[in-house]
Amino acid sequence: MNNRPSYLRRKITNYTMMGLCGLATVIAIGVLLLVVGYTLANGISFFNLEFVTQTARPLGEPGGGMRNEILGTMVLVGLATLFGLPVSLLAGAYLSEFGGGRVGTAVRLVADVLAGVPSVVIGIFVYVLVVVPMGTFSALSGGIALAIIMLPVIARTTEEMMKLVPTTHREAALALGIRRWRTIVSVVMPGALVGIVTGSMLALARIAGETAPLIFTALGNRFGFSGLNQPIAALPIQIWRYAVSPYNTWHEQAWAASFLLVMLVLIISVLVRWFTSRLNH
Amino acid sequence: MRQALIKEQAQTPGKWWRRWLRWPASSGDWVFQTLTLLAALCLVGLLVAMALYLLAEAWPSVTLFGPAFLTSTAWDPVRGVFGALPAVYGTLATSAIAMIVAVPLSMGVAIFLAELAPDWLRAPASFLVEMLAAIPSVVLGLWGLFVMVPLIRDPVEQWLGGNLGFIPLFQGPPFGVGFLAGGLILTVMSLPLITAVARDSILAVPNSQREAMLALGATHWETISRAVLPYARSGIIAGVILGLGRALGETMAVTMVIGNGYQVTLQLFAPANTMASKIATEFNEASGDVYIGALVELALVLFAVTLVVNIIGRLLVYWTVSDTSTRGQ
Repeated sequence: MNNRPSYLRRKITNYTMMGLCGLATVIAIGVLLLVVGYTLANGISFFNLEFVTQTARPLGEPGGGMRNEILGTMVLVGLATLFGLPVSLLAGAYLSEFGGGRVGTAVRLVADVLAGVPSVVIGIFVYVLVVVPMGTFSALSGGIALAIIMLPVIARTTEEMMKLVPTTHREAALALGIRRWRTIVSVVMPGALVGIVTGSMLALARIAGETAPLIFTALGNRFGFSGLNQPIAALPIQIWRYAVSPYNTWHEQAWAASFLLVMLVLIISVLVRWFTSRLNH
Repeated sequence: MRQALIKEQAQTPGKWWRRWLRWPASSGDWVFQTLTLLAALCLVGLLVAMALYLLAEAWPSVTLFGPAFLTSTAWDPVRGVFGALPAVYGTLATSAIAMIVAVPLSMGVAIFLAELAPDWLRAPASFLVEMLAAIPSVVLGLWGLFVMVPLIRDPVEQWLGGNLGFIPLFQGPPFGVGFLAGGLILTVMSLPLITAVARDSILAVPNSQREAMLALGATHWETISRAVLPYARSGIIAGVILGLGRALGETMAVTMVIGNGYQVTLQLFAPANTMASKIATEFNEASGDVYIGALVELALVLFAVTLVVNIIGRLLVYWTVSDTSTRGQ
């Protein structure tokens, strides 16, 4: 009996450990607020209309902006959506509607593993797959790299969202004599539409900030858009190039660009959260 | 009979594709299912193609250096001699630092979010922790380079070097950039993933487990540490493994704060490189089959390692989910 810790000691342990758990949460959220807060506060002082509408000035001249990089990122994300979205929607439909068997389990595992492949490896893969045969870095290859990154994420989101559509909806449609594929396309998918759209927007916000795969594929381009088979500028690449440069004016541009990226992620995340919480009520 | 059917089909009014869809009756279903199956197999194909293409491009380096590639510390583009050990070591060391800091921290956060947080706080706090994963890597790197690294250089490394300098880990000049900075950035990047998986597996523990423990007179913490955590163990391990997978492959943020050294050393303050950062820094300047091959071989090694880690982690997650759904009745 004497070996058992006293009630007081157990109570102290209890409150200490619970306090430590709370502290851990405060630290984690504190880091987020530090990073986001600092980036927003610092970025907004260098962010202005000129940043969005102008191209880069020569080194040493103040002002200038990242119009080309912003446009480039939009083109890249657009290409990625074009290549990646149809395939991921179909793959998600397969997993949700026909993926009960072994093939479905295997594909599910592959999708999750593919989502865990480092983006730098995907960049090298697309370099070997597209850039080497084409003989040039290009917007096209950058779009393909980003598409591969978003593919497993949107496929799994689509699957989860389609599974949430009640079976009774499918049964009602089938009972009316509607074919299975038509049921999936016209009943299940519209039912899951909001979820799929919000999940896809989150994925798009993520790939808009991807850097590593673009270095070996889109490369960056200081002279504006010059065709899909040519190198193209992108915000994240330029943030990296400016950040490791020794010039203060370039650092300021990097902060302003980071402000833009963080705002994008922040706004989309909050919107998605607002949507999904309304959906659940 | 068949002939007659085809003839009748041919006379049916309407567009040709409508007729085609009508015969045989389930062709639409068949086409759609095949289409979705092909899209799903696309994912499998990508993974296989990734392994094959990387191996093919790395072949000059693989044949030239053989297994010694992994144990050699040389990296000399001029003489064309390449070894991966410092990069592999850098990846393992920074990930180890990240795990040492992130695992206890994310356990605390997961327990707080799943067990302790009041209802009104749970959703917003979870959202904020998940937001941590949404910060673009390059932005985190920028923050790390201009805010975190100066802080690490001055108070942290100065103090550690001055007071604990007898430990080999804390010897050497305080650069700021290096293993320690890389490891801390990786902590931030792996924490949300570990937390999310651990939180979900703690939430999946049936309430009867908690009630039984509380009925025996256990305190809240004893309930958590002796009933809830053991029950959620495999899910928590899965979360740690998945977090490790992310830490191993993370590129941009690490590249920006790790200082581009190439050495195997115990000194935490020394500049280093991980496999991912080595590739990101040098690939565009590489020329020649062997140099490019060596960098692609690094990518191949990274691919193989993260593949194994992720497969183990995911299988554990699946196993936990199906396990708790049958056990938790």
